[in-house]
Amino acid sequence: MAKREISEINAGSMADIAFLLLIFFLVTTTMDTDTGLIRRLPPILDVQEPPPPIKQRNIFEVLVNANDQLLVEGEYIQVSELRKKAKEFIKSNPSFPSVISPGNENYPDMPEFKLEEVAGLGKMYVSKQIISLQNDNGTSYEMYIKVQNELVAAYNELRNEFALQKFGKSYTELSQQAGSSDAIKEKADAVKDVYPQRISEAEPKKVGGAE
Amino acid sequence: MSKFRKNGKKSQPAVNTAALPDIVFMLLFFFMVTTVMRETSLKVINVTPKATEVDKLEKKSLVSYIYIGKPIKALQGAFGTAPRIQLNDAFKEKEDIFQFVEMEKSERNEVERNMITWSLKVDKDTKMGIVTDVKQELRKADALKINYSTKKTDNISN
Repeated sequence: MAKREISEINAGSMADIAFLLLIFFLVTTTMDTDTGLIRRLPPILDVQEPPPPIKQRNIFEVLVNANDQLLVEGEYIQVSELRKKAKEFIKSNPSFPSVISPGNENYPDMPEFKLEEVAGLGKMYVSKQIISLQNDNGTSYEMYIKVQNELVAAYNELRNEFALQKFGKSYTELSQQAGSSDAIKEKADAVKDVYPQRISEAEPKKVGGAE
Repeated sequence: MSKFRKNGKKSQPAVNTAALPDIVFMLLFFFMVTTVMRETSLKVINVTPKATEVDKLEKKSLVSYIYIGKPIKALQGAFGTAPRIQLNDAFKEKEDIFQFVEMEKSERNEVERNMITWSLKVDKDTKMGIVTDVKQELRKADALKINYSTKKTDNISN
């Protein structure tokens, strides 16, 4: 009997099948990177000890009510004005960092300064600013994020300006390159020390009613 | 006649496509490995607000999600339109967050437990009341590193 020749399996369509699968995974892949505003919540204290006294002039008060209206330092303003106001306050002095005295007597409504040792920069006047944010239970989340965003933006802009002036590079650049060298990381940390981000969130009020 | 010339006609050889499947397979495996299938199906309407000053969340394995928003249209008949909290695949009450945090922590190894970022994916039309409740519960559960999930945009309209 003649040996029957086994014909080879045609593999020509393998590429087609692979392509099909490839396109399926290409379409289903979501390369979305999650972005957002990163915050640290304060831990719950066991002992009910009174908070340390803070002078009124060191606090930048931001209130948002249930109608998404903004009251900043007792003044009714729009969200678009918030960044500028916050920046002025954090700087505490239009000519910062050439501070005359820690008491900041020329600007009695602006925060005081503290002489602090900043790594890489030596002794620096650091403002004692604190931003206090209080919202109502009826405030919309969108408004809340807008306010948070403006406050963070105020800090970032000031840090950028300061870093550009001191190191010739913006803070954004410095923090992006911080992983590559220790010297850059030190610079970024120094900028952060001069303008520390202090946003304190008070317990919300329930005037406007939730839900 | 030169001895190198073999045939009178010189034909162009076809491009060898034998390596094509290999290349395609390589790409295929790359996408198969990088693809992350959505683990939870959303039961709440979730349109996160936009912000300019956003940071990227670096390690995906160290992020746990908490969704807050109105139930989706199909579920509004059963659950109403009041904002709800969704943990993993189900609607939960705020009292369940503590347990959820403990569960998520126990799934990670000990070193990473305090490095978990709790990403709050909150719908922009939600009121702050429920968000604050969730934040209080997170504080109680010692889950302090949070992230307000927002999309990046270049400028915010008022």
